[in-house]
Amino acid sequence: MDFLATLFTDFGAQILSTVTAAFAIAAIGLNLHFGYTGLLNIGQAGFMLLGAYGFAITIRFGGPFWLGVLVAIVAAVIFALILGLPTLKLRGYYLAIVTIAAAEILRIVGGNQSLGPVTGGVAGIGNQVYSPAFTALSPFPQDGSFSLGPYTYPLTVGDSWYLRIVSWIVLALVAVLVLLLMRSPWGRTIRGIREDEDAVRSLGKNVYLYKMQALILGGVIGALGGMLFVLGTSVQPDSLGRSTTFLLYTIVLLGGAATVFGPVLGAVLYFMVIIGLQDVVGQFVPPEIMSQQQVPQFGYIVVGIGLMLLVIFRPQGILGNKKELSFGD
Amino acid sequence: MTDAKVSGTAVRADDDYPWDRTALRSELATVSQEPGATKPQPILAVDNVVRSFGGVTAVDVAHLEVQRGAITALIGPNGAGKTTFFNLITGFDKPSSAKPRFGGGNGPFATWRFQGRSLGATSAFRVAQTGMVRTFQLTKALSAMTVMDNMLLGAKDQPGEHILTALFRPRWKKREAEIRAKAEELLVRFKLDAKKDDYAGSLSGGQRKLLEMARALMSDPAMIMLDEPMAGVNPALTQSLLGHIQDLRDRGTTVLFVEHDMHMVRHISDWVVVMAEGKIVAEGPPDTVMQHQAVVDAYLGSHHDQDLGDDSVLDEDFEQAKAQEDAERGERTAAEPDGEKA
Repeated sequence: MDFLATLFTDFGAQILSTVTAAFAIAAIGLNLHFGYTGLLNIGQAGFMLLGAYGFAITIRFGGPFWLGVLVAIVAAVIFALILGLPTLKLRGYYLAIVTIAAAEILRIVGGNQSLGPVTGGVAGIGNQVYSPAFTALSPFPQDGSFSLGPYTYPLTVGDSWYLRIVSWIVLALVAVLVLLLMRSPWGRTIRGIREDEDAVRSLGKNVYLYKMQALILGGVIGALGGMLFVLGTSVQPDSLGRSTTFLLYTIVLLGGAATVFGPVLGAVLYFMVIIGLQDVVGQFVPPEIMSQQQVPQFGYIVVGIGLMLLVIFRPQGILGNKKELSFGD
Repeated sequence: MTDAKVSGTAVRADDDYPWDRTALRSELATVSQEPGATKPQPILAVDNVVRSFGGVTAVDVAHLEVQRGAITALIGPNGAGKTTFFNLITGFDKPSSAKPRFGGGNGPFATWRFQGRSLGATSAFRVAQTGMVRTFQLTKALSAMTVMDNMLLGAKDQPGEHILTALFRPRWKKREAEIRAKAEELLVRFKLDAKKDDYAGSLSGGQRKLLEMARALMSDPAMIMLDEPMAGVNPALTQSLLGHIQDLRDRGTTVLFVEHDMHMVRHISDWVVVMAEGKIVAEGPPDTVMQHQAVVDAYLGSHHDQDLGDDSVLDEDFEQAKAQEDAERGERTAAEPDGEKA
C-alpha cells in the first residue's frame, strides 16, 4: 500500500513537472509540422536548443528577461527560414535530412570549447545565470514554500510552483493557439497540404507560404518548450540532441498525431512510464540485476516496444482519428 | 440556357459571348481548320511552348487559341504530350522555351495569355487564382479529409486562410457560411450530398472524379481544365460526367479537356484539337476533324491502309527482298571468288 501511495505521488509530481510541460509544448510544435502539415522535421530538438541558447545567452550578457524571450523566438524564426527556404519546394525527405543535420550542427557548435565564454561549451550554462531574471518576475514571495497535498515546492526559486504554473500556462496558451488555428480555414489548408500539396496548389493556395508558416510556428513553439525546459534544468547541448527529437516523435505518436491534445497526453504518459518503472524497479528488482541508473535505459526499451505495438495495433495513437490515417497511402 | 443564366452560379458577366450552343458552333464553323487557327474570342492563347526531356521533345506547340465558352477537347494518342501541355500552361511544369529569369537565351520564348493576362512565368497557385483551375489525370482527392472539407478548400477569398485572421473566427465566419452553402449546392448537383461528411478516401474512383470536378468549381473558374475526366469511370457515370461537363459550358465556363477516347469527344465537344508527338496536328469541329488525314495518321499510323496482316504483302516483300539479296550475293561471289577462302 505504501508502494502504491509512493507510485501515485510520483506520478502526480511528474505530471506537474516543468519537464513534462516543456516536452508537451515542443511536441505540439512538432505535431504542427509532422501531424498537420506533413513536414518531416527531425530536428525539433535543434529548435529547443536554439530557444534555450537565445534566451540564456541574452540574459548572460545583461539583457532583460523579455528580450531573452524575443531573441529566442527570432532565432527560431531565422532557423526555420534557413531550413525551409531551400527545402520546402522539394519533396519532404530533403527537409528531414536538412533538419537533422542542422540540429546536430547547432548542438556540436554549441558544445565547442572555443565558444566557452558564450555558450559555456559542453558544460553549458547553469541556470543560476538566467533563472534570476525569470524569478524576479514572480508574483509570489521570493522566499518560502507551499505544500499542496504531498507536494512541497519552493514558491519562486528553483524547482518552484512559479515555474510549474508558468509552464502549464504557456502549454495551455500554445494548445489553444493550435486548436484555434486548426479549426480555421488556415488549418484546413494545412491539412490539405499534408494530403496532397499539388491538389491544394491547383486550388490556388500558396503551398510554399503555408508550409513556411507552419515550419516557423512549430519551430517557435519548440523554442518556447526549450526555454521552459532549461529554466528547470540547465542549458546543455547534449541534453537536447537527436534522442530528444525521437522522444518528441514518440510523444506525438503515442498521444495521437494530428490532434491538439495528443502531444500533451503523450508527454504525460511517457513520463509516467519512466517514473513508474523507476519506482517498480526500485521496489521489486534487486540492485544486482538492475541499478537505478539503468532504469532510464530500460525505460527507453519499454517505450520503444510500446511504440512498436502502438504503430502496429493503434497507428493513430491514443487520441487520433482512425479514419484520418486508415485511408490513402 | 436562359434559366441557367438566371440560376447558375458561374454565369460570366460579359454579354458578347454566344451562350447558345448552336450559335457558338456556327461561329466556330467559320474558323479555319488549320493547327493554330485564330478563334473569334480566345480566352487562352498560347505561343511557342516547348518542353523537352533530355533529347526528347514532349511538347512543341507553336500557337493555340481556345475559344471562350466552348468545350474544347484536346485529343491524341498516348504520349502525344497532352498532359505535359496541361502541366505547362497551368504552371505545374516549366517550358524549356521559357524566358530565362536573368536574361539571355534565344527566343522565341514561351508566352501565353489567359483572359488578357500574361501567364508566362506564373506559379501554379497563381494560375489557379486567375481563374484557370485544373484537375488531375490521377485523381487527387484529399483522402483523410471529409468531402465537405475538400469542397471548402476549393473556395477563394476566404480571409480565414490567412494565419493571423484565422485566429479570429468572427472575421471569417460569414464567408465560411457562404462557401459552405455553395459547396452544398454543388454537392447536390454532383449527387455527392449524401457523402458530404464521409472521408474522401472512402469514395469510389468515379465519385472522386466528381468530387475533384466539383471542388474545382468552388472558385467559379473562368476556365476549367479536366485531365482525362473519364479515365477509369464506369459507363453509367461517364454519361453523368459528360452531362456535367456540358452543363458547365452552358453555365458559361470554358472547358478544356484531355481525352483519348474519340467517342466521348464527339459527343460533347464544340471544338477538337489533336496533338501527336508533341505538336498540334489538326483542329476542327468534332464531326469533321476525325477525317483529317493527320488525325488518321496520328491514331492509326500512316500505313494504316496497308494490311500488314495479309501474308501476300509480306510474301511479296519477302520474295522481292530475298531475290535482291541473292542477286547481290551472286554479284559479290562472282567479283571476289577467292575472298571467302582467304
